[in-house]
Amino acid sequence: MNFIVFVNEHYTEILTSILQHIYLVFFSVMIGILFSIPAGILLSRHKKAAEKILAVVSIVQTIPGLVMLGLALLIFGVGNTPALVVLSIYSVLPILRNTYTGLTEVQPGLIEAGRGIGMTLSQLLFRVQLPLAMPSIISGIRISTVYIVSWAALAGLIGAGGLGDLIWTGLSTYNTNYILAGAIPSAILAFLFSGIIGGVQRLATPRGLRGSTA
Amino acid sequence: MITFKNVSKSYGRQVVLDDLSFEIKQGQFVVLIGPSGCGKTTTLKMINRLIEPNSGEIYINGVNIMRQNPVELRRSIGYVIQQIGLFPNMTVEQNIAVVPKLLKYPKERWKPIVRELLELVNMPYEENAHKYPSELSGGQQQRIGVLRALAASPPIVLMDEPFGALDPITRDCLQEEVKKIQKKLKKTIVFVTHDMEEALKLADTIVFMNEGKIVQMASPEEMLRNPADNIVREFMGRHMQGGESPDLYVEDVMRTRILKVPKTLRTLECIDRMDRWEVNSVIVINDDETYAGTVSLEDIHKQGKPGREIGELITEETPTVSRFYKAQEVFDQLLTSPCKYLVVLNDDRTVAGLVTRTSMTKAVGKALWGAEIS
Ligand SMILES: Nc1ncnc2c1ncn2[C@@H]1O[C@H](COP(=O)(O)OP(=O)(O)OP(=O)(O)O)[C@@H](O)[C@H]1O
Ligand SMILES: [Mg+2]
Repeated sequence: MNFIVFVNEHYTEILTSILQHIYLVFFSVMIGILFSIPAGILLSRHKKAAEKILAVVSIVQTIPGLVMLGLALLIFGVGNTPALVVLSIYSVLPILRNTYTGLTEVQPGLIEAGRGIGMTLSQLLFRVQLPLAMPSIISGIRISTVYIVSWAALAGLIGAGGLGDLIWTGLSTYNTNYILAGAIPSAILAFLFSGIIGGVQRLATPRGLRGSTA
Repeated sequence: MITFKNVSKSYGRQVVLDDLSFEIKQGQFVVLIGPSGCGKTTTLKMINRLIEPNSGEIYINGVNIMRQNPVELRRSIGYVIQQIGLFPNMTVEQNIAVVPKLLKYPKERWKPIVRELLELVNMPYEENAHKYPSELSGGQQQRIGVLRALAASPPIVLMDEPFGALDPITRDCLQEEVKKIQKKLKKTIVFVTHDMEEALKLADTIVFMNEGKIVQMASPEEMLRNPADNIVREFMGRHMQGGESPDLYVEDVMRTRILKVPKTLRTLECIDRMDRWEVNSVIVINDDETYAGTVSLEDIHKQGKPGREIGELITEETPTVSRFYKAQEVFDQLLTSPCKYLVVLNDDRTVAGLVTRTSMTKAVGKALWGAEIS
């Protein structure tokens, strides 16, 4: 009961936080995609180096978010920028790894056939490898997005706005309503994004592969 | 047309091709054969520069291929591999048209090519062009693999064990089709296999390789008559005494006294007839006498209700073969298939007989010892 009253009184604040949150998630995942897909393609052509680089990236991934945020805060100051930088870094690994495995799991026979009939490396990439890797790449994007929706809540700590703001306010003033107003929408966002991207994934799966891959 | 001049290739210390020189003439069907690891694939892949030699030169129509752009070279040479390599994200049509599209043919030009090629292998355009490879059987997939190699009318087609993964009957069909296409379109084909029967059937010239060298390069007849050494002789195996053992065909080994029933027969009546004939399965035929399927006594007991028609219980699991196949080819099938018999069909799909293990044994016995075994 209390909570509904609270939402009624604060809905502009909540709405702004949701939009800020979406903004943070969208741009950091975008940056992640723009970096990771080309990087994944590059790694798939240097398999020996790839395993080592992926291992290093996984280690970066395990640095606690607060430490990263602190570092970013020192470098970039308060606001959006450090949050975007940190979130983008966290979005990289799933997309990078899935791009790499998606590309390297394309059957060698197909690569040989493609080269043998006279495709250039980029034709092979765009006509064969990427379409076949697409389901895996998009599932990487999905994992990243869900992940970043929750990481973005931390960003409220350094004044990046978003639903994290509400949660931190709630925690520091012992106000459950604020916490719920931050936590519930962020859970819903995670579900929503995951569902939407799942739909995109189905559409992007080449028709000849549907039914055989999830 | 294709000339190898002192071509050698090694990986580290291992010499894979050792000073190879030979020439392939235009319009020839050349088959490379030899034990595993002798360098057949390596030789083939050098022609389209998927592998490059350490020394020596390869010429196509007098032009050194090392002076050509590899991508352009490959587009002018058809290539078929054993793993088939159809792109699963493309339809049959897109797969066939892939090289014409790389060569920037306009749609008006490649569409008719796809249609024509599909007709060449009796796969009607309307039915097949928009299917995906996963919707085709292995044999159909490899047909499309062959068509893809032909789409841009390359004068040369390279094939690396293209039919190695197919069952004997499908393989037989595709061999015939490829031979026909080669003659009709006057292609130069370089074909790798380790199956001497396939080589004898297809080749104008057989190149026998061993340990990176050519042991013998000759016509099939010549190779049968004068194998260069023991390895070649061993490979020829039973083909050597070709004329001595008679060729048996399916029609020679089938039994013709069989129980055929119309679809509309009631199950009880059917059981009755099976009792009288002392058989435990029947062949069901359509009104026009063509083959509809088989039903076993077990099927009837499991699913049949009295008064139902036998046509409702038909299973399609029993393999069918043409009466004109070689007996030897269906022999393996009979031994390995879970079915105890094969249905033999005439050309008009009416039932000619059955091949059972017993009928096969009797016929083989008779051929060997000249007497009927009873
Ligand atoms: N990339 C490579 N690195 C090292 N050795 C190789 C390489 N490719 C092939 N070889 C070796 O070269 C030899 C010839 O190989 P090739 O594939 O030409 O044989 P093949 O006659 O086609 O055999 P198969 O009938 O088994 O296909 C083999 O011993 C093989 O192990
Ligand atoms: Mg080989």
